[in-house]
Amino acid sequence: MEAVLFFACAAMALAGAAGVVLSRKPFHSALFLLLTMVNMSVFFLMQHAALVAAIQIVVYASAIIVLFLFVITLLGVDQRESLDETLRWQRSLAVGLGALLAVEVVALGGREWATGARSVRGELDPPRTGNVEALARSLFTDFIWAFEVTAVLLVIAVVGGVVLARRSRLPVDRTPAEGS
Amino acid sequence: MDITPSYYLVLGAMLFTIGAVGLLVRRNALVMFMCVELMLNAVNLTFVTFADALDDIGGQVIVFFTLVVAAAEVAVGLALIVAIFRRRQGVTADDVHLLEG
Repeated sequence: MEAVLFFACAAMALAGAAGVVLSRKPFHSALFLLLTMVNMSVFFLMQHAALVAAIQIVVYASAIIVLFLFVITLLGVDQRESLDETLRWQRSLAVGLGALLAVEVVALGGREWATGARSVRGELDPPRTGNVEALARSLFTDFIWAFEVTAVLLVIAVVGGVVLARRSRLPVDRTPAEGS
Repeated sequence: MDITPSYYLVLGAMLFTIGAVGLLVRRNALVMFMCVELMLNAVNLTFVTFADALDDIGGQVIVFFTLVVAAAEVAVGLALIVAIFRRRQGVTADDVHLLEG
């Protein structure tokens, strides 16, 4: 049962990831990304991380994807992507290096080499509890400094977003870049 | 058939690679951004896998922080893309070469 669920969701997640890269329109890419995110939260659930799975759905599937779709529809950037190369062999080199990277990380992750010390930051709660208590305890004791800094980071990001997206009074440069 | 942590690690590795190749191959800044999100998610999967395999809550806490950083990054990045689009009609990465030496 677990194997069936894993392979079905893995196939969907990989199909979604491939769709992100291969789709012509950014809108379709965003929807494929949503597919991958939802399947990822299934994997989190299968590994007893219910709280992380819920946060994944709320933050990624809802907030981030909706923000992407919002910007795509706002800008109307459904135009064709130009296929002329400024760096000639860049695309083939990228695919070659990507294949090399795939072999490396799959070999590293697929073996039993990848391991470490057990329960350094505290043990998980017993199964089927979602690890809410253990996560909260660790977050508000060991990681309290990082947690507070995170609040500052979010405020800075919001202020930065407002400043960047504000309509500036400078004259707008509408000249298309050369080569496009 | 037993699903060992290696299965999840290999899946995470494949998703990360797809994201990395997409980041290098695509030109549209929005799609490049989505590929970055894909890579972040693949690493999240690896963290949760190790948290479960090693009985350690630290992995899940790190995923929490990764999500926060991803949210902040998307907020700033999309604002940047909107600002670039306002100035020059299009978000193709090759057209933005103001810092070229």
